[in-house]
Order: sequence, then structure tokens, then C-alpha cells
Amino acid sequence: MSDDSPLLRVEHLSLSLGGRTILRDVSFALREGEYVCLVGANGSGKTTLLRCLIGYYASYSGSVLWWGRSGRTLSQKQLARRVAYVPQGEGRSAPFTVADFVMMSRYPHWSPFSAPRPADRQAVARALEMTDASHLSSRVVRSLSGGERQRVCLAAALAQEAEVLLLDEPTAFLDYRHQEDLRRLLARFNREYGVTILAVTHDLNAAVLSGERVMALREGTLAFQGTPRELMRRDVLERIYAAKLVLAPHPTAELPMVVPSVPEEQT
Amino acid sequence: MKRADLLLIWVLLLGTAVLITAPLIGPKLLSPTLFWSGAESLDARILREIRIPRVLAAFTAGAVLALGGMTFQAMFRNPLATPYTLGIAGGASFAAALAIQLGWIASCFGVSLISLAAFVGACGVILLVFGLSRFRADFSTETLLLAGVTLSFFFSSMILTLQYLSDPTRTFRMLRWMMGGLEGAAGYRDWLAILLPALPAVVALAAMRHEMNLLALGEEWAIGRGVALARTKAVLLGLVGWMVASVVAVCGPIGFVDLIVPHICRLLVGPDHRRLFPVTLACGGAFLVICDTAARTVLAPTEIPVGIVTSLLGGPFFLWLLVRRSPNAGVS
Repeated sequence: MSDDSPLLRVEHLSLSLGGRTILRDVSFALREGEYVCLVGANGSGKTTLLRCLIGYYASYSGSVLWWGRSGRTLSQKQLARRVAYVPQGEGRSAPFTVADFVMMSRYPHWSPFSAPRPADRQAVARALEMTDASHLSSRVVRSLSGGERQRVCLAAALAQEAEVLLLDEPTAFLDYRHQEDLRRLLARFNREYGVTILAVTHDLNAAVLSGERVMALREGTLAFQGTPRELMRRDVLERIYAAKLVLAPHPTAELPMVVPSVPEEQT
Repeated sequence: MKRADLLLIWVLLLGTAVLITAPLIGPKLLSPTLFWSGAESLDARILREIRIPRVLAAFTAGAVLALGGMTFQAMFRNPLATPYTLGIAGGASFAAALAIQLGWIASCFGVSLISLAAFVGACGVILLVFGLSRFRADFSTETLLLAGVTLSFFFSSMILTLQYLSDPTRTFRMLRWMMGGLEGAAGYRDWLAILLPALPAVVALAAMRHEMNLLALGEEWAIGRGVALARTKAVLLGLVGWMVASVVAVCGPIGFVDLIVPHICRLLVGPDHRRLFPVTLACGGAFLVICDTAARTVLAPTEIPVGIVTSLLGGPFFLWLLVRRSPNAGVS
């Protein structure tokens, strides 16, 4: 395989569930070391796309190629050794201690009766350190705050020692400070450890500030892929969201941001 | 040492203690010296030929039922999901009632046709539930549970219809079969009839404790960690269906063990299936042995069907546990 061949190539991916078409002819590629954000309105198929990539939905047409191999022929364990998926809601109310919870992510490296080995403990310790969560290790996951839980879920994904992170709304339900912390953390994984990230988010501003490339879904079709600068234009955004959006310049990033509009009766 | 690990050892010791004491208890109390005396007295023969195999059968049946409940609760992430609530008991009972109504009293290779019918009925329900889950990919756990409960009601009506049409003797046999009991388990052969089919399934389930842990956290979480979701769920469903069917075929439907024992164990040692697995086996076995000992002793020489005793003893105890448990401990 040549160096610039993409680690993920999605070709003509379509999916219908219960007679409704959710994804329509989606094609894109993800290269090693990239940090790509996937945006789009609610119900545009973002989460469904991630679920196809990880194999949760297998009834799609088209192809999902991880390192040139069809996602259908890879075993789930093989895939999990290289790709870690963090869904939006699940895992966060785990009744386990953080240490045990993160250790469970070593699953793809285990055989049925194996007990944790030193290598597993090292991976867990390292993942907790990378997410600044070492001090939480003896706490129970469901007793943590939202921001802490999110960090612990990321730690679990990192403990898998996968090269790719698929994240569904990593900053959902977090306040501004914790959103910032988390985005900084993800940027560090990407830059310092070379982790490839595909993150689904509905937060357009956060997406264009963190990703070097952005993709947008609109009603199941890939309506845009390109740089943040290309995306943050009124005509492009209105096409994606089918709504009028107010743009204002960011004070330092030299990128326009979407700002909330003032409700009409007040103007 | 962690509290949970200490409890694990305690529970395993308790299970062993129950296994050793239960055969000595009955209408006549026997002396423990009979275990090693090798005497040929009547008491020694009662112990060896009647009580020990019966206790072993009860222990195995209880362990298997509890394990089935634990597995389903993890897999469906629902405290009410057990083999019985999913309709296995209903299917087995209906098939057995049908066999009784048709007068199939013969046996085939030493296995009674009623047992065989119950086994087929239980497996049939598992296949049906599995078929339903395959029928549509987006069938949720709740839908499956509802389908199971519906199946149970459906089978109850079918059984009532059979009883209504049947003569009183057969109706009584059907009723008695559905109360569940181990008085049919006489001798080592009936114990082996439970153990031999169930043992491979138990070993296979032991190999899937990591999967159960991850599934209990959520299906998407599990698949993200590398659990082959569809295959794992099918295998779990098949293994549990198979081993529970083999218990139901011999003992009839004994309710409640599969529902409350895993919960009690979770309250004791926490949600980690690596610990929960042996504890559930030991507690399930011990619980059914205790209930069965009570069933054959309290009103001796009459036996109370053990299915009645499990609910009578277990119900109040479980309610008490639910009321006094701390809010952060686990019934998930």
C-alpha cells in the first residue's frame, strides 16, 4: 500500500432503515493523521454514517474500505484494534470504577479466558494520563460529572490503542469550559500522538476551529467537503442547513463564525 | 483484598456448605458420618441413592437457571429480561401440556416424551424470539421483551384451552407439571440429564464474560470495543435457550430463580461479570437446593412443588433487599 492511500475510503454508501433512506450515495476518504469534523443538521445521518463505518449497520450498499479491506470482511476485534468508536450516550452510566471501565476496552487484545497483563495495565495508565483522568481511576463512572465522564470515555477509546477515533458528539452536554478542554485534548491526540480523528458534531463553530477538513451531510447526502474557510460562506451554509444564518468574524481566527440571530419581534 | 473478592469467597464457601448439609436434611435427619462410613444401612442408601442425586440435580438446575437470567439481563440491559419472561417457560409448558393431552406417556431412549416435548417447546420459543430479532434490524430490546411477554400470555391461553378441553386427571397432571419440581429427579440419571447438555453451554458462557460486561454497557459501546454484536447475541441466546430447555425438560418451569438470584448477586459483588459469574452459579444452585429441601421436608411425606417455594421464600427476601439497597449500588 502506498503511503498516501487513505486509511478509510467510503464509496457510494447508501442505507435504508425501515423503508426510509437515511444515507444516499456518500463517498469520501480519510487519510492518516487527519482531524475531520462531520457536521449537519439534526437527522441528517451523521450518527448513522459512523454506525456504518464501525459495522453496527451492515445492511448498507456501497463499500466501506478500512486500509483497503472491506469492513464486512474484517472481524470486529480486528477493526477495534485499529479503530475506536465512542457513541454519544452509552458507557457513561457504567456502574464500574474508572480503572475497570477503561480496562474493559482492552477487549480486542484478549482471548476468551485471558486476564489483564502488564501491557494492558500500562495501556490503561497511559490512556488515563493522556486524558488527565488518572486521579479518577478509583471513582465509579456513573458518579462522575459530565465532563469527567466524557474524558473517561475517551480514555477507554485510547486504551484500545487504536489509530483512529470515531467520535459522536464528543462535546455534547458540556459547558463552554469543558468543551474547550475536550477540544484541546483532541487536538493534542491528533498532533502529538498522530491519532486520526473523525468527529461528528452539530457545533459548526467548534468544528471549523478544530478540524482541518470539514464534511457536511444534508438529508443523507454529502453536501460539502473542504476546508473550514470554504464552508463558512453564507451561500454554502444556507444550502446545507436550509436556513438563514448570521455570520460574524471571529476576533482571532480570521474565520467567520455563526452567531445566534435575534428573534424577530425584538428587532 | 477487595470487599467484593472477600464476598466471592464467602459465597463459594456458602454454596459448598449448602451442598454438604442439604442431603442430610429431610423427613429424617441423617448423620454426616454416613458420607464416609460406607455402611450398607437403609439410611446410607437413602443418602447415596436418593438425597445426594436430588441435591445435585437441584443445585445444577438452580445454577443454570440463575446463569440464564444473568446472561439475559446483561444482554438485554433490562432487569426483567430472563428466559422465563421471554416466554421459554410458556413454550415448554404448552408443549408439555400438549404431550399430556395427547397421551404421550411413553419414553424414548429413557427420556419421557413429555420432557422431550418441553425441551422442543423451549427451544422453539428461543428460535421464534431470535427470528423476530432478525426480522427487522431495528427491533429494540423492549420490542423483543414485549414479544416474549406476549408469547407467554398466548401460551397461557393455549394451555387453559387445553385444560378446559381435557379430562380432570390430565388437567391435574398439566397443572402439576407447570408448578415445577424436582421430585421427578430420582437418581443420578436425571441429574446427568440436566448436567450433560448444560455443561458445555456453561463453559462457553464462562468464556464470554468480557462480552457480557461490554454488552451491559450498551450495544454501540460494545461494538466500538470490538464485540461482534449480531454473532455474540445469537450465540448467547442459543446457549441460554439450550441449557434452560434442558433444565425445564426435567424440572418443569421453576420461576423466580432466574429473575432474583442474579440481582441479589449483583447487589453482593457488583456488576463485573468476571466475579458475578461464579457467584451467580453458586447462589443459584444453593438457593434452589434450600428451596427444594424445604419443599420436600416441611410437609413431609407430602412434597410442595418447588416452584411455589422459590417465590414464597425468594419474593419477600428480594423485596426487602430492594427497599434497603443503597441508591448507587446496582440493579442496573
